[in-house]
Amino acid sequence: MTQAANGRVLPVTDLSLVVLIGASGSGKSTFARRHFKPTEVISSDFCRGLVSDDENDQSATRDAFDVLHYIAGKRLAAGRRTVVDATSLQQDARRQLIDLAKKYDVLPIAIVLDVPEEVCAERNAARTDRADMPRRVIQRHTRELRRSLRHLEREGFRKVHVLRGVDDIENATVVTEKRFNDLTHLTGPFDIIGDIHGCSAELESLLGKLGYVDGVHPEGRTAVFVGDLVDRGPDSPGVLRRVMSMVKSGNALCVPGNHENKYGRYLKGRKVQHTHGLAETIEQMEGESEEFRAQVREFIDGLVSHYVLDGGRLVVCHAGLPEKYHGRTSGRVRSHALYGDTTGETDEFGLPVRYPWAEDYRGRAAVVYGHTPVPEATWLNNTICLDTGAVFGGKLTALRWPERELVDVPAEQVWYEPTKPLRTEAPGGHDGRPLDLADVHGRRVVETRHQGRVSIREENAAAALEVMSRFAVDPRLLPYLPPTMAPTATSHIEGYLEHPAEAFAQYKEDGVERVVCEEKHMGSRAVALVCRDAEAARRRFGVGGTSRSSEAESGGGPTGSLYTRTGRPFFDDESVTETILERVRAAATAAGLWEELETDWLLLDAELMPWSLKASGLLRSQYAAVGAASGAVFPGALAALEGAAARGIDVSDLLTRQRERASDAAAFTEAYRRYCWTTDGLDGVRLAPFQFLAVQGRSLAALPHDEQLALLDRLVEHDGTGLLQTTRRLYVDTGDPESVRAGVDWWLEMTGRGGEGMVVKPLGAVVRSGEGRLVQPGIKCRGREYLRIIYGPEYTRPDNLARLRQRFLNHKRSLAIREYALGLEALDRLAEGEPLWRVHEAVFGVLALESEPVDPRL
Amino acid sequence: MFLTISTTGTPDRPATDLGFLLHKHPEKAQAFSTSYGTAHVLYPEADAERCTAALLLEVDAVALVRRGKGKGRGGAPDAALAQYVNDRPYAASSLLAVALSGVFSSAMRGVCNARPERAAQPLPLRIEIPALPARGGPELVRRLFEPLGWAVTAEPVPLDVRFPEWGDSRYVRLVLASDTLTLAEALRHLYVLLPVLDDAKHYWVASDEVDKLLRAGEGWLPDHPEHKLITSRYLSRRWSLTREAMERLELVRLAEADDSEVEEIDNAVEAESEAEEKPTPLAVQRRDAILAALRASGAGRVLDLGCGQGQLVQTLLKDPAFTEIVGVDVSMRALTIAGRRLKLDRMGERQASRVKLFQGSLAYTDNRLKGYDAAVLSEVIEHLDLPRLPALEYAVFGSARPRTVLVTTPNVEYNVRWESLPAGHVRHGDHRFEWTRDEFRAWARAVAERHGYEVEFVPVGPDDPQVGPPTQMAVFGMKVNDEKEAKAA
Repeated sequence: MTQAANGRVLPVTDLSLVVLIGASGSGKSTFARRHFKPTEVISSDFCRGLVSDDENDQSATRDAFDVLHYIAGKRLAAGRRTVVDATSLQQDARRQLIDLAKKYDVLPIAIVLDVPEEVCAERNAARTDRADMPRRVIQRHTRELRRSLRHLEREGFRKVHVLRGVDDIENATVVTEKRFNDLTHLTGPFDIIGDIHGCSAELESLLGKLGYVDGVHPEGRTAVFVGDLVDRGPDSPGVLRRVMSMVKSGNALCVPGNHENKYGRYLKGRKVQHTHGLAETIEQMEGESEEFRAQVREFIDGLVSHYVLDGGRLVVCHAGLPEKYHGRTSGRVRSHALYGDTTGETDEFGLPVRYPWAEDYRGRAAVVYGHTPVPEATWLNNTICLDTGAVFGGKLTALRWPERELVDVPAEQVWYEPTKPLRTEAPGGHDGRPLDLADVHGRRVVETRHQGRVSIREENAAAALEVMSRFAVDPRLLPYLPPTMAPTATSHIEGYLEHPAEAFAQYKEDGVERVVCEEKHMGSRAVALVCRDAEAARRRFGVGGTSRSSEAESGGGPTGSLYTRTGRPFFDDESVTETILERVRAAATAAGLWEELETDWLLLDAELMPWSLKASGLLRSQYAAVGAASGAVFPGALAALEGAAARGIDVSDLLTRQRERASDAAAFTEAYRRYCWTTDGLDGVRLAPFQFLAVQGRSLAALPHDEQLALLDRLVEHDGTGLLQTTRRLYVDTGDPESVRAGVDWWLEMTGRGGEGMVVKPLGAVVRSGEGRLVQPGIKCRGREYLRIIYGPEYTRPDNLARLRQRFLNHKRSLAIREYALGLEALDRLAEGEPLWRVHEAVFGVLALESEPVDPRL
Repeated sequence: MFLTISTTGTPDRPATDLGFLLHKHPEKAQAFSTSYGTAHVLYPEADAERCTAALLLEVDAVALVRRGKGKGRGGAPDAALAQYVNDRPYAASSLLAVALSGVFSSAMRGVCNARPERAAQPLPLRIEIPALPARGGPELVRRLFEPLGWAVTAEPVPLDVRFPEWGDSRYVRLVLASDTLTLAEALRHLYVLLPVLDDAKHYWVASDEVDKLLRAGEGWLPDHPEHKLITSRYLSRRWSLTREAMERLELVRLAEADDSEVEEIDNAVEAESEAEEKPTPLAVQRRDAILAALRASGAGRVLDLGCGQGQLVQTLLKDPAFTEIVGVDVSMRALTIAGRRLKLDRMGERQASRVKLFQGSLAYTDNRLKGYDAAVLSEVIEHLDLPRLPALEYAVFGSARPRTVLVTTPNVEYNVRWESLPAGHVRHGDHRFEWTRDEFRAWARAVAERHGYEVEFVPVGPDDPQVGPPTQMAVFGMKVNDEKEAKAA
């Protein structure tokens, strides 16, 4: 320790590429072992061994370095410091490493071990594998080292530590330094303020509105300025004075904008064009003291291009930053942070066309930036631009973090005429711009808060991609897909394959005391997204936007969507969808639900009836066909058997069996007919909502079912059109035999009259068992007659039932839980206002899982 | 499943000879076990004047599903759920034909030691099949049986009398009558024609099926006016199809989840053979027009977006000027067929390096599609719902940004010139829209304007003075300064 205290202290940045430079035998590996984690160090000898089984095989050098560069690249991409243990004595070898550091935007750092030639030779001689290394090799190494030392900085190393002699090396210590941009330890809360451009009065108003008193917030909040403090506006010096004093006193952080940057260069005496409002700043600053100008110069010079804040959840910079640049340090990171990315084109106003980097952004950190004036600050893929054109007569905007609230003050006047009108330049998901295939394609793992990681296999994603692309509604209007549901455990009661007793028993075992039995409607699953009006749909879901200009002009555009369990629109005709949405909307308005739920959109899970409305193709080609064939064949077959019997031939067993089969077939025909009724337009069409899934800012998936049903009842009551239908229900205590018996009787009565059956759900909706396992959100108990449609007309015959009872429910149950977790995840992401791709990822996952192989009869 | 065979007789040629001819005693009910259940033969009437033999096959539906091995598991239709609820226990399908040949095998060969002379002679015959699945309906039933000497009564069975608006089912109640055929001939007709009419996916073909067809068709099939249809339908189930069935099971499940039939969603590939065997002249003209436009553009690296079964990719491969050809489709089934057509797995390395096929979707942006010289969207846009078209527009013109883009689509005005197309119908069941020339041009010009392209229009096929060409093609070229940017990027 004392040794160390006397020795050199080498600062090494926490994310960097450290290149050790020294002759063979100079002690690089020992040094690396002593100062770095074993996994941080990659040695060329080790890589030689990997590719050739011999660490000293010089003929394998080229391949070995390929491997070394590859591993180093992977580590740097993942944000891990990497130490290269190779001689690195030739400029060409170092250049490759510097390129690698640049590629991953990390600092290249050189540590030179300069050891006398004799020491190296001695050490090599002591090693069996290097004992025969010729002396001239070490001599060459030493020569190369001398040559190298002269220009390491010029080659691009941002830090060069040279340790001379054995003692110096022995006594040195390495300390890890944080990057300047790493302020992850600061948690705010913050008030992030957009582009000011010399609008000093507006800045003071905004700071006042945010609660700052003379640059200090009584609750200890920190202001963060996204840059472009100066140029164009009336009082750049005033703005600078305020911001600089807040930064100095620790009440603010500031990142540079391109305007400060340019002014800073001007102050350093560089030649810059006095355009884009720089002339105004120069003129205003003429009136300031030389001392103030010097302070400004120093201030601008010391600004760090971007900050990573709040444990990595927040990134602030001037012009936006893709995730791979967060916390990185390179010229191009700085350049992107200041200027953004451009496509190289110029628009009709002669301004550079910006590359819509935020479109591609998929990072978990929120990126708050400015630079591009927009009329309104809106989130896009977890990024938000706060430049609302204060200097052009717009407003000055701040974002409260972590509250994510926007606070703004209007400009007092147009201080500077804009070159082009303010408009949303990168409208993102709002202009028909699609999501990216990489968000959904191939094998994926979706992180869910309720069930951890849910994997999606490639072949299932491929099938989902086909259906999603060719048939589904726009992803913006598809925020949810319903999960599949497991049936009750197989019943052993005579004549039954499914019976509610098993469902009650299962919930009891899971520790669920109170359940609700809801009638299973005889229709098709439908999800309805109902917005209060087209404007609400445009605002929240970004549809009906500018590219479909005809809609935008007419003020129309969809007011929501109505889709099936695979995301297909229920009706080909959009006007039919709109009529249904209108009726639900009217009922919600009459019931006062918009105000009560503080929302301007509703997402409903429902059943649309009759089944024949959507499934008519299936009904006709499959079910009715079976009915037609059986209806045609039995009269003749029975007549033939009766004829033979009349002639005294013993066919009695066969005749009895055929009569039973005929009657089973007739029962089957009756069973499917209950699902068919004739509709005329929307007359006869009914929608039975059974769950509010989400409203603005809130997932309602965990709202207990009794509260759900109370809300839904009010919705249905206030429908004057006869479209909405209530869901009958019965509450059962799983521990009370009386209550369970009542539940069974209810089901028997309902299915006896031809009903499809019921779904048993835990009253608490999202419930975990004693062991913390998510319990099934619902268990279906299908009626005995209904199951003929599923298992075939003759499934109730005792020998058939015996065989059919050998069914395996585990995969279906697991699938139901995984899909449920993805569905909940989609709702949570939607409620939290997460980017569209995040919501779509979970929704797509549900669709993909639906194509997993599982017994389709379950 | 059930059928009866009746004959009439006279005291010296009693109808009950039918028992000898069938090798089944009229005074007994006999049961025979077959692979799909039990076949029963019994006689509801049997005297000298009239004798009727009934064949009743009790299909074990549950076992049928478990045993099957044909297209889809269970030799049943593709829709997995349909395996469990189907018409096999009731309809006179291929399974009945198999039972027929098993139970009456000697009769089918015309062997009758007891009454050899009667076996060789025609006799009055009446065959009733109350539920015969017949794709093609009564009309085809008549076309198949009448040339063989049968008087045919074929009445369609309604789907459901409760819902008359649903129309007829695919079953017919069939009565055949003839005085000119031997029993063996009659049975052989049934043996071949029942599965041909059924034409369901429930039927599969064993390797010796060709031999069986030749034997059973001897003497009548070669001269039958419909022998091509009979042969192709009889042998339609090829081996490769079982493999395809496996590939599309994911889609089957998604269709089922939605109470749809798989054909509704797995329709990206035309019914096999048609496109394969004889490409329509228009398809050839379209390909030629695309090829000409691509050559004129000087493109080397080409995307075929919505490549389907890979016909265009195959054409482009023949021209070395196209150095890289990428076929993209959203349908895995289409890609599999395309891969097979191109014989990718057997292609030499050099050729194979020029071509790539992968699944993609124009509803999403895709980085893999960036940086190509040209993209072809041949008969693609009309398969998208109109509200989804802006997504395709951005994916192609905003994101992928090839220098040249070719888009072809039907010209709906021309539809009046198609004789076979009923008025107001689109050309393909999956066309979500078909545009007039004005509509297409307005869209294309707006797209070009929004994304910095220039656009020209080329007619494909005969350019009718009134209604224009059957296919319209837009050729988009990136504007020059934009092109520089694309290269710089």
